[in-house]
Amino acid sequence: MNPIAAPTGDELLTILPELLLAGGALVLLLIGVFAKNSARAVMMLSMLLVAAAIVVLFLVPVDSGPAFYGAVVLDPFARFMKIATLVASLFALILSSGSRRKEVSERFEYPILIMLATLGMMVMISSHDIIALYVGLELQSLALYVLAAINRDSVRSTEAGIKYFVLGALASGMLLYGGSLVYGFTGQTSYEGIAAAMIGHDLEVGLIFGIVFILVGLAFKVSAVPFHMWTPDVYQGSPTPVTAFFAAAPKLAAMALLVRVVSEPFGAAVDQWQQVLVFLAIASMVLGAFAAIGQNNIKRLMAYSAIGHVGYALVGLSAGTEEGVRSVIVYLVVYLAMTLGSFACILSMRRADGPVENISDLAGLSRTNPMMAFFFAALMFSLAGIPPLAGFFAKFYVFSAAVQAELYALAVIGVVASVVGAYYYLRIVKIMYFDEPAAAFEPMGGQLRGVLVLSGAFTLAFILFAGPLNELASTAAGTFF
Amino acid sequence: MGLPGVFFYLFSAVLLASALMVVAARNPVHSVLFLILAFVNAAALFLLLGAEFLALILIVVYVGAVAVLFLFVVMMLDVDFAELRQGFLHYLPTGALIGIVILCEVLIAVGGWAIAPGELASVPVPTPPADALSNTEAIGNLLYTRYLFYFQLAGLVLLVAMIGAIVLTLRHKEGVKRQSIAAQNARTPATAIEIKKVEPGRGI
Repeated sequence: MNPIAAPTGDELLTILPELLLAGGALVLLLIGVFAKNSARAVMMLSMLLVAAAIVVLFLVPVDSGPAFYGAVVLDPFARFMKIATLVASLFALILSSGSRRKEVSERFEYPILIMLATLGMMVMISSHDIIALYVGLELQSLALYVLAAINRDSVRSTEAGIKYFVLGALASGMLLYGGSLVYGFTGQTSYEGIAAAMIGHDLEVGLIFGIVFILVGLAFKVSAVPFHMWTPDVYQGSPTPVTAFFAAAPKLAAMALLVRVVSEPFGAAVDQWQQVLVFLAIASMVLGAFAAIGQNNIKRLMAYSAIGHVGYALVGLSAGTEEGVRSVIVYLVVYLAMTLGSFACILSMRRADGPVENISDLAGLSRTNPMMAFFFAALMFSLAGIPPLAGFFAKFYVFSAAVQAELYALAVIGVVASVVGAYYYLRIVKIMYFDEPAAAFEPMGGQLRGVLVLSGAFTLAFILFAGPLNELASTAAGTFF
Repeated sequence: MGLPGVFFYLFSAVLLASALMVVAARNPVHSVLFLILAFVNAAALFLLLGAEFLALILIVVYVGAVAVLFLFVVMMLDVDFAELRQGFLHYLPTGALIGIVILCEVLIAVGGWAIAPGELASVPVPTPPADALSNTEAIGNLLYTRYLFYFQLAGLVLLVAMIGAIVLTLRHKEGVKRQSIAAQNARTPATAIEIKKVEPGRGI
């Protein structure tokens, strides 16, 4: 008989934030079902729980080794990325509570689904085994599919949900196929075991196929070209608060997972995955820059912008160095701040007869709402990568990492793509400042204004935060090297 | 080859043929029935391997619940499958191309597979020996200890699926009369019976 080993206290501490979210989600579900009209309370409580999980992450000991027979690990990288993801979810919840969308504010399931998706992301980030990777990813994705379609009476929203579901299921299939090939050729599912099995001999073709399939599956989730097709439709079709969440937390978690997968189990196969990542990076940057030019819908524009930014983040990762991973982490944090601020603006694009989402609706915003126009313009300059804003430094770090790894062509293409991309960001600034004013929007809610000011301040005064952020990111990146 | 070998090839052949028919059958109800046949044959293969717990679970869960549910869905939803197939020829070349590429990949991957000499002799032996422990016990021992984390997480995935189904489809209708058993049980003669005095010859 196997001895039945109960989880030790250390192991439970490792997953304490996850336990908090899972238990909290179950309790909130009961509250939502049995208490009438409790949507507002459930939303507040879920914010509290996510905030509590952030606090817990600061307190629990890090690096107590893999827990649950090597399923999950809480190392400095996992802690940093988990905190960033939880912050993203928290702000997405704040944005949702500030938006006046009925389908979001009147349904108690909405914050619960966000919590469960966040739980999946946390498992992804600290996964230490292919099975944990897959189950975490599915937990996240399944909740996201439902969130995309949550406005079930709108054709666009259900279409977004279906599209996301079908393509996401295909990506999961690819990932599983790759995982089974890797397991078949190494005999291991744990990251350590796979890494150990790859050292000391040439890689089998089947193993390389496995690695490529896993990368393809993950590229779907981070929406890198050529696996990006779902992104514009899902961004446009989902209710805007959901889009804000999609643009922030899942991107962060999936990129963190990609970093972990290429550094931990496949660290020995740099030559194999580097080519794939370089291709994904170039294709994403170029498509993100060119396809966004013709967009009239601001949410679609943000989708192409997201594709482009994933490309820039992948530039840092393709370097395959500690420097590269550090630059990816900084890039993700900066992108998170910029995207949350932009969506605070997009959520407040609202007239008396409902929300609007065309870029032309922003015309003359500088005269009707100077504060919003100023911060939105700052965020657009930052997304374009204009110094001395946050976006410039983030791009600078990833390109310098690529140059240090002697990927000159990649860096040059990246710089050119960001110059092209600057066009459509600056066009928004031009429309806001120089066009004849359109009708004014309704005044911004307090939550939205708070998020916008925070993210704008972070972007404008990034020089002050750059030092500490880089230090934290180096500690996190040091996990793998 | 022996008797087990004969049965292995019999079950495998029927399994493959019925799997093909699931895709090829014109009538979706027939597809589901072939799916059930495929499940039963897969269960028989499990039995040949000595995995009787998995075999019975496959029949109970997949044939008994999932496939029957499929059957209901197929019969109750009025899906026009002829219309769904209309683009078939149009998409065939792309699909076939992808299929061939993946087939080549599998061939290349598995073709490079070499079993190290002596590896077959050292086939891992289960501890404790297989006959000391029933299937169910062996699976339970692993599932609730080594794989406890995944087991619980999979439970959460199912919970999300359930929440999703309810969020996307449940509509609360106004004015639906529901049975309230508590209210029925709480009725007393005083609330249920009313005595009318009827004067003779007048009617009610």
